[in-house]
Amino acid sequence: MTATPTTLPAQGPARSKRGWKRVKKARAPTIKYTALLIFAVIVLMPVYILIVTGFKGVAETDPAHAWSLPSIWSLSAWHEAWTQLSPYMLNSFKLAIPATILSTALGCLNGFALSKWRFPGADIVFTFFLFGMFIPYQAVMIPLTELLSKLHFPAQLPQLALAHIIYGIPITTLIFRNYYATIPEDLMEASRMDGAGMLRTLWSVVLPISIPAFVVAAIWQFTSIWNDFLFAVFIITDPSQYPVTVALNNTTGSLVSAYNLQMSAALLASLPTLVVYILLGRYFMRGLMAGALKG
Amino acid sequence: MSDETMKHREVRTPRAIKRGAVLLGLIVLTLVVALSVTGCGKKKSTTTKTSASGGNCQLQVFSWWTGGGEAAGLAKLITDWNTTSSLGGGSPACQFKNETVAGGAGSNAKAVLAQRLVAKKPPDSFQGHAGKELLDYIKAGQIEPINFIYKAAGFEKVMAPQLIKQITYQGNLYSVPVNIHRANVLWFNPKVLKAAGITIKAGAPLTWDQWISDLNAVKAKQPNVTPLALGEAWTQKHLLETVMIGALGPDGWASLFTKTGDWNSAKVTAALDRFKTLLTYTNSDAASLTWQDAGKLVVDGKAAFNVMGDWQEGYFGGKVSAGNLGMKSGVDYSWTAAADTNGVFDWLSDSFTLPKGAPHRAAAVKWLTFLGSLKAQDTFNPVKGSIPARQDANPALYDTYLKWSLQQWKADKLACSLTHGCIASNAWNADVDTALGQFMQSKDVAAFQKALAAAAKKNA
Amino acid sequence: MKNIRRWGPGLLLVSPSIILITIFVYGLIGWNVKVSLSNWRQAQPTSHYSGIGAYQDLNHDAAFRQSLAHLLVFTIVFALGTLIIGWTLALLLDKGVKGEGFFRAVFLFPMAISFIAAGIVWRWLMNPAPGNRATGLNVIFDKLGLHALANQWYLDSNPVIGGIRSWGMAAMAMPAIWALSGYVMALYLAGFRGVPEELREAARMDGASELRVYRHVVFPHLKPVTLAALIIIGHISIKIFDLMVAIGGKQGFNTQTPAVYMWIQIYDRSDFAKGAAIATLLLLLISVLVIPYLIYTVRSERRS
Repeated sequence: MTATPTTLPAQGPARSKRGWKRVKKARAPTIKYTALLIFAVIVLMPVYILIVTGFKGVAETDPAHAWSLPSIWSLSAWHEAWTQLSPYMLNSFKLAIPATILSTALGCLNGFALSKWRFPGADIVFTFFLFGMFIPYQAVMIPLTELLSKLHFPAQLPQLALAHIIYGIPITTLIFRNYYATIPEDLMEASRMDGAGMLRTLWSVVLPISIPAFVVAAIWQFTSIWNDFLFAVFIITDPSQYPVTVALNNTTGSLVSAYNLQMSAALLASLPTLVVYILLGRYFMRGLMAGALKG
Repeated sequence: MSDETMKHREVRTPRAIKRGAVLLGLIVLTLVVALSVTGCGKKKSTTTKTSASGGNCQLQVFSWWTGGGEAAGLAKLITDWNTTSSLGGGSPACQFKNETVAGGAGSNAKAVLAQRLVAKKPPDSFQGHAGKELLDYIKAGQIEPINFIYKAAGFEKVMAPQLIKQITYQGNLYSVPVNIHRANVLWFNPKVLKAAGITIKAGAPLTWDQWISDLNAVKAKQPNVTPLALGEAWTQKHLLETVMIGALGPDGWASLFTKTGDWNSAKVTAALDRFKTLLTYTNSDAASLTWQDAGKLVVDGKAAFNVMGDWQEGYFGGKVSAGNLGMKSGVDYSWTAAADTNGVFDWLSDSFTLPKGAPHRAAAVKWLTFLGSLKAQDTFNPVKGSIPARQDANPALYDTYLKWSLQQWKADKLACSLTHGCIASNAWNADVDTALGQFMQSKDVAAFQKALAAAAKKNA
Repeated sequence: MKNIRRWGPGLLLVSPSIILITIFVYGLIGWNVKVSLSNWRQAQPTSHYSGIGAYQDLNHDAAFRQSLAHLLVFTIVFALGTLIIGWTLALLLDKGVKGEGFFRAVFLFPMAISFIAAGIVWRWLMNPAPGNRATGLNVIFDKLGLHALANQWYLDSNPVIGGIRSWGMAAMAMPAIWALSGYVMALYLAGFRGVPEELREAARMDGASELRVYRHVVFPHLKPVTLAALIIIGHISIKIFDLMVAIGGKQGFNTQTPAVYMWIQIYDRSDFAKGAAIATLLLLLISVLVIPYLIYTVRSERRS
């Protein structure tokens, strides 16, 4: 049984449960912990500055006071940030959730067809999609917005969602295609021999084991869509429909910028994404473990 | 293998149903959400359609006034507009739709605006600096000449003739200036200067040589203090322009930006040499500081002087609750005209335009007329921290610095700012930026002068 | 043919995406190339063919060449830094440590923070003020006694490539590494754990030390991960714009990359043709990166 790296992924989690038991037996040396803690401190340094500046008054928010704790702790910046951002949080949710779901669904269909239910030229189509990842958006915002406006959406958020879905096709397709590539051909053969068509196979054989890939793609898409500023500022001209990133950008004044406001607002705006990471972090690892982005 | 697959399928079928249900549920949820988002939009357009009979009028005004005094000033104007019956509050009403995008003195906003103008979906009015910054829009036929508004409201009688001249392009006026800022102001910390044995009276004239000797005194007696605080790229250009205006005088400055301007003259070389000398007194981390950070160095006693426009006054003296420092004028900070520029007002102005094809043109014209009125300018400017473009402002409404500025505005010769889009187009400014960036690395005056001359030749 | 029943459905399934990508990616690329060859060099759109003038302008443009050098330095440091740190973190977490979930969340968090604000913080961290005004990272180095490490960061203008000053871009890569290392860590962690335990066991049975197990069993499986990570890092590096503007400012000379320069051409100077030419050149540059990946993928799949 010369095992190849591409053994049955459905057994993946089960198999690594056995492996986990062995792993847990190994002791984690203190060196490892020290190294991890040092890295964690380094990674969290900028976050510390973000948090601490949010609590400061204007007199202390300048580069010279970057490290110091506030001499007077103040919640006013947080309060102001919440006031400026909260009306737009709902817009971001209305945007990010449907767009994430639809773009991952699309990626799933594409990934499946390009890896498991192939057709002549499937690799060319994959290249075709992948190249779409690289288009520099800044240069094409003008014709893009014009194209989108020709579709006559009654509201602007759906337009923005569509843009994200379209430009999410390459990365979600990449994720699903690589994930499905680890499924052995035999499963597909067996399904075909049983007379199942493509959709039947997708529905009953492939989808049940795709949840980890869905989560991987969803996390990536949610982050990109939630944090996107460029598309949002060009496509949404009605201020009431601004997603939270545009509101976040508007915490910068045109002349005077209140750093404490900007930083507290940035942290508030990043919280939903952090929650997504924490909640789905477990599934994230499982998804990748099954080879979602192994290539 | 097939046994395993069989096992898989047997085990999977109940799970498959569960997961299939989840997927189906997600799709249904998405469709519901998507439809409701779309549906909300549909509802919106129907309600606006029904009120169309009463006037589906919303005055769309596009600006980058998102923070501090400007946002506050704008908010007051909006209230006035929405509640005055002869303006937006009347019937049919035309309520104000405040479309703002922040970022880098309007760089994001300008990009979005460019897209809207190209797509022929302009707002009813948009913000721009009065002067050549509007040249791109003018040449592209994207904004209308508004001489008729000036005539009807009699603006030419109340605004300085020099101002009108400097914003007229080929006989036409294209924007209504709302405020005036002064760029050539030298800010300093009286306590720091005192420790170096210097006293400068607020607003007193200062010659170049005096200033250099003051800078030297600070350098000698206060080694831990930066003599001249400087910030990032555009503030360097700002400093450069004040030095050049000081060396060349307002007429010499203005002539540089005409077709016959001589950038290769010895006078320009002398001015650039002055700039180079000045750089030796500045902080080495200038490029990483915003104008605010550099100004704060002065107030914190870490630097002695700073050359910046008079929005610095709003930051230094304004209310802490609005994100300012709340310092005391004359005690914690003071000012005077930049060296060698006493009697010259290096001005810039925020103004509003009338785009071609404005969706609610009548309301837009009313807006522009309103902006040039004494009431609007005296409402907006004290809050914003600038002075009106009109000469008949009520000085009682303005603080110490602004009172001084109002006096100077009436008396001084006007020099149109480069950094703030008055005297040169965007493209010319971008070329100057490139030349300046290279100079800051190389400190080669001759090459700098050559590059500036080339930029002038290309853009004049 | 008979086979169409076999592969027809697959093609049908991807056809909506093919249509969308054709319109919204390739259609726009085509528009872009068309504009780069037109005379649209001012705010008013025009569409007369005018030849390769814009490209010739770029050829003579020292600032553009400099921006390319900046991009090169940035990409190399960014890619190496992210790969090395991500790989190291994954290695540390591979065998499972207590609180792995906590560490994973910590390392992933930077990706959630938008560059607009992270940019300000990093500008403060990389503040180059010397001596008693030192702050940011420099003051930490001073306090730790590592004075030699305090430097000018992204304002550094020492030449790297042929006299073109671009060391500063190496410092600019730091915030980017900070943001993306967690993600690359996750990729490598999956790569490490995707190696079947049986293989590792087999090697151990054969008497290999843990180090050797890693070197000869685990690491060879990481090639595809590295390649995928490189592609993702590469495409971010070429497009990244918010970070440069937030830290160095749009006019910041030391930190201009083609993406920033392109923005300036299009939206500040209204020189749409030149901006489109830059975009087209970037796309050409990128296809140089993507094509090897695809040749590799196709070949390696055919092999298995």
